[in-house]
Amino acid sequence: MFEALSDRLSGVFDKLTKQGALTEADVQAALREVRTALLEADVALPVARDFIGRVKSQAVGAAVLKSVTPGQMVIKIVHDELKTTLAGEGDADEGPKLKIDSPPAPVMMVGLQGSGKTTTTAKLAKRLKERDGKKILMASLDTNRPAAMEQLQILGAQVGVDTLPIVPGQTPVQIAKRAKQQASLGGYDVYMLDTAGRLHVNEELMAEVEAVRDEAKPHETLLVVDSLTGQDAVNVAKEFNERVGVSGVVLTRMDGDGRGGAALSMRAVTGKPIKFVGVGEKIDQLEEFHAERVAGRILGMGDIVTLVEKAAETMEREAAERQAKRMMKGRFDMNDLRQQLEQMMKLGGMSGVMGMLPGMGKLTKQLEGANMDDKVLKRQVAIIQSMTKDERRKPELLQASRKKRIAAGSGVEVPEVNKLIKMHRQMQDMMKKMGKMGKKGLMRGGLAQMLGGKGGLGPSGPMPGQAPGQMPGQAPVAPPGGFPGLPGAAPGLPPNLPGGLSGLGKKK
Amino acid sequence: MSFFSRLKERLLKSSSKIDEGVDALMESGDEGPVDAIAETPGTAASTETARSAESAEPQPGLASRMLGAVTGRSPAVEKQRVLDDEMLEELEELLISTDLGVDTATRIAANIAEGRFGRRVGGSEIKRVLADEVARVLEPVAKPLPLYAKKPQVVLVVGVNGSGKTTTIGKIASQLKGAGKSVMIAAGDTFRAAAVEQLSVWGERAGVPVFKLPQGSDPASLAFDALAKAQEDGADVLLIDTAGRLQNRQDLMEELAKIVRVIRKRDETAPHNTLLVLDATTGQNAISQVEVFRKIADVTGLVMTKLDGTARGGVLVALADKVGLPIHAIGVGEGIEDLQPFDPAEFAKALTGSTD
Repeated sequence: MFEALSDRLSGVFDKLTKQGALTEADVQAALREVRTALLEADVALPVARDFIGRVKSQAVGAAVLKSVTPGQMVIKIVHDELKTTLAGEGDADEGPKLKIDSPPAPVMMVGLQGSGKTTTTAKLAKRLKERDGKKILMASLDTNRPAAMEQLQILGAQVGVDTLPIVPGQTPVQIAKRAKQQASLGGYDVYMLDTAGRLHVNEELMAEVEAVRDEAKPHETLLVVDSLTGQDAVNVAKEFNERVGVSGVVLTRMDGDGRGGAALSMRAVTGKPIKFVGVGEKIDQLEEFHAERVAGRILGMGDIVTLVEKAAETMEREAAERQAKRMMKGRFDMNDLRQQLEQMMKLGGMSGVMGMLPGMGKLTKQLEGANMDDKVLKRQVAIIQSMTKDERRKPELLQASRKKRIAAGSGVEVPEVNKLIKMHRQMQDMMKKMGKMGKKGLMRGGLAQMLGGKGGLGPSGPMPGQAPGQMPGQAPVAPPGGFPGLPGAAPGLPPNLPGGLSGLGKKK
Repeated sequence: MSFFSRLKERLLKSSSKIDEGVDALMESGDEGPVDAIAETPGTAASTETARSAESAEPQPGLASRMLGAVTGRSPAVEKQRVLDDEMLEELEELLISTDLGVDTATRIAANIAEGRFGRRVGGSEIKRVLADEVARVLEPVAKPLPLYAKKPQVVLVVGVNGSGKTTTIGKIASQLKGAGKSVMIAAGDTFRAAAVEQLSVWGERAGVPVFKLPQGSDPASLAFDALAKAQEDGADVLLIDTAGRLQNRQDLMEELAKIVRVIRKRDETAPHNTLLVLDATTGQNAISQVEVFRKIADVTGLVMTKLDGTARGGVLVALADKVGLPIHAIGVGEGIEDLQPFDPAEFAKALTGSTD
């Protein structure tokens, strides 16, 4: 999702970060492109305009333009605004919780024809049943579309949720009444009313849904919106919210090919949170919506902003610079390795770092499968700590008996100690190579710039645009599995991953 | 009463975006920068009166007026405004807000500005020119569904989920039947629950036989069998429904390609028409839908549904501009008769709120 928007934006940001100093005109031009990108992604015009206005007012100030990394600052502002647009202010933790505590709690689904109400009803019922252990009753109030009731009945049978028996000829209000009755008699926790699709301008049908609302007094009224919707999304959302009163939004078809501007418009227009997103045709493909993650995804930067912030917080700049110099000379002993491992851990461990890297989102799942957990990092630090000072400085001292002692001291087996030593050796070799390659080597754009001089919060600068390009370039230098802390611990990973990761390690 | 007159009526009444937007645009010009006005000496007096009329009641911004409740404005004298950069931009935005897309909106706005830039223009003029411009883009693509002598003519109907394929098939079947054709429908959506039942109801309404297999059957073999049956029965037209699929779902698009391949085993020239059904509320994604479906299934024409809402289907203009596939018909309601031929001039007028 959001690929198209994401691509466009990263292009704009690339240009921004490549320039050292920014003028107001640069920012204006960039924002104009951002605006076009948003509109192309079907973000509603007023929302896009408002968004750009807010970013502009923050971004053109002297504080930003005179800062060390104006490009970064602008991106950060865009990111923050994106998050605000998606999540609304203040109630970020509201989350996808539904108010369904007092049984039987009515939940009403409304939306246009073909937005995916019936499927979403079934998905949500399944979710409530399985995750929250609720007893659910579903009722279709769709008396218009042929076979709509049968559709819900079939879906109900599939997910193992009861549906209200179909009585032909009843009006939606009568069905709602019957559902309420049945729900209280049958001891159901929640009853879900799947209303017919209706156009928000159809007076008759809107009156009908109002009547149903007055009858059922739903605790939650979820507006189901197709995320492929264009500029009309605002009209739909506004009208439904005004007439029926919406408590939350469900966006469907988020697995479509990535424009999803409707997601950005919804919150701004209705002021109501997006609670869930439908991400596939299968009945379990319903996800919670987290504004923060989505903002990251839209910017195509994973959550690079957080990574940069964290990196700045946790890395002592001087220490890192000293280390960088040592590495340039090809010196890299166990102490250096330990420092790297510890920095990794401070940044939130493997999964933390990976999750925040651009383009790594998909790999994170594979990583989990590959058993690359943070325990490995901890254990390796422990191994190093079990070495004497001499051994740490001169790893070549390590003989069989010393290894045995170290293994015993850190509570691991000797092969693990060997792995660490091997990893260290590989990294040391690499450092030497890089030292010879000098400025053309990996270190360029890496540590030195990242923390030195005017780099400031530099690392995120090259990352969104350049990281993918760099990785293949690094691959030949980095032996597979050269990632600090994880020697060959990545079976089944795509070939470019180890190379990319080793680069990451060294940058620290 | 035709859809367009109904639509036009509604547009004129309240909810037209462009119509109202153009009017708003005219007024916002009076609040605009002074230098723009200064450029055209001699009109200062009229501007002055307009401004004093304005200042009596401060107007909300263009956006809120476009979206918010409409107050009953009845301008006795038509507002005029100098067509400058700012107005051009606002015009562009107006077009974008009907899903025209940035590219097409920019082009059309530029065409309008040609020869008029720097002049004072009125709202009705802009609307008329806009309608002409849009109609000009749409003219070449307005073609009814072609009927061939070939029996049976196979019409494959494709689209994303919820775009209205099944309903459209029901309507087409009914209209063809009314025109004296013998029609058969193949219920090819074997995926969605109760899709077959839904189509059966439409078949009954239209008085047309529906060829069906149980849910979960292979849609390609269903299409093949349906074609065999249609050939056997000597039907004039075979309408094949398919399951909704998002165009970025590789597996489902492959399934569609297979349906086409298998149909061709039975009749090399089939499918004679492949209709892509688009939802009028869809935004710029429609362009990618058309591109991908065209590549996979050789789409020959478009049908746009749900035009009875507030969505104007402006993306059709972008599509006509960029892709140029024929637009056969539009859906304007849930009734069996609510499928109408596509009339570019009417559509353009409805889109822009032009009255003449």
